[in-house]
Amino acid sequence: MEMRVENLGVARGGVTVLQGLSFALAAGQALILRGPNGSGKTTLLRTLAGLQPAVAGTIDLPAEAAAYGAHADGLKSTLTARENLAFWAAIHGTDSADAAMAGMDVANLAHRRAAELSAGQKRRLGLAQLLVTGRPVWLLDEPTVSLDVASVGLFAGVVRRHLAGGGLAIIATHVDLGLSEAAVLDLAPFCARIMACDGFDEAFA
Amino acid sequence: MRALLQRDLRLAIRSGGGFGLGLVFFFLLSVLVPLGVGPEGGTLGRIAPGILWVGALLACLLSLDRIFALDFEDGSLDLLATAPIPLEAVVALKALAHWLVTGLPLTMLAPGLGVLLNLPSTGYAWLVMSLLLGTPALSVIGAFGAALVVGVRRGGLLLSLLVLPLYVPTLIFGAEVVRRGAEGMALATPLALLAGISLGAAALLPFAAAAALRVNLR
Repeated sequence: MEMRVENLGVARGGVTVLQGLSFALAAGQALILRGPNGSGKTTLLRTLAGLQPAVAGTIDLPAEAAAYGAHADGLKSTLTARENLAFWAAIHGTDSADAAMAGMDVANLAHRRAAELSAGQKRRLGLAQLLVTGRPVWLLDEPTVSLDVASVGLFAGVVRRHLAGGGLAIIATHVDLGLSEAAVLDLAPFCARIMACDGFDEAFA
Repeated sequence: MRALLQRDLRLAIRSGGGFGLGLVFFFLLSVLVPLGVGPEGGTLGRIAPGILWVGALLACLLSLDRIFALDFEDGSLDLLATAPIPLEAVVALKALAHWLVTGLPLTMLAPGLGVLLNLPSTGYAWLVMSLLLGTPALSVIGAFGAALVVGVRRGGLLLSLLVLPLYVPTLIFGAEVVRRGAEGMALATPLALLAGISLGAAALLPFAAAAALRVNLR
């Protein structure tokens, strides 16, 4: 498993936000995306996930290899934690809902409705959905929002196990995950719009 | 794929799923129309086919915006779009789930409400038949409309305006089947056209709806 991106350009709402982006990731490697708000991290991840087309360049990634973990968890509040996970496991044809719940430490919440969970618990459940996809490439958009320090550590361990098993991960984040082995990609040099990336104060523009 | 159907049915039936809303609307309309129109002159029996079909159509319309909007808001539509099942199948299954919780119960409720509207006794079999053939078209066309407006905040109004014209042929032929059935006339033509609309919509619109979803998810 390997992914390669060459000369990629991505657009949001018809405006190109990133251009000339190239990188390659081999099995077991992780890439941390950094860049200020609005620099195109989410757009890049959505493009890599195949949710929107690239405006330029190529993405060399096998079909149905990527699992996208967005801001939103995709949880149904009237279903229990276990029902939510079992649904995605069935959709992806895996049988790993229980293992995923154990992995993200949500097994004790299995029979609680998602509406009753705290923000951090929902986030952990949302991340457990990545595990049930069984896909090798994880594309994560701010995965640690509303997680406490212990949960961030737990999640870093999950990512590390995923990488050790031959997986890949691209993570947009502002916090230090403690994944010292991961490469860091600063998106600022690839910004298509100067103002969005160099911290120029828009109020004085 | 069965998992998706099961999930949508479960979500509809659990609290806040909006399952009873269309049925209650259909019931209220059929109870109130006789009170408004009055009993004399056989007027009620004559307009019953049209009232029942309009009621079923509007009841269907009530729950359309839930088909995709809720999944879009909580992010599960993104996840479904990257899932291994094709988006066309997602649309078809969601339309089927919508029909199972609105069209089918409406069809089963309709004969009882036909009594309230003084529908002639020859019309009941055709009422059930026409709704059974016609309501799938309402769900599939509705799913297409819902896919077009996904991502538009408060898209319900726009959805109604988009979908109502598309519903007109179904309404005309559906009500015509019941009227002809009630009056004992030949009804093979409107029945065939009604079935044709449903089959055509079910065959083509999932593809159109999936294309609209892909554009709206960008």
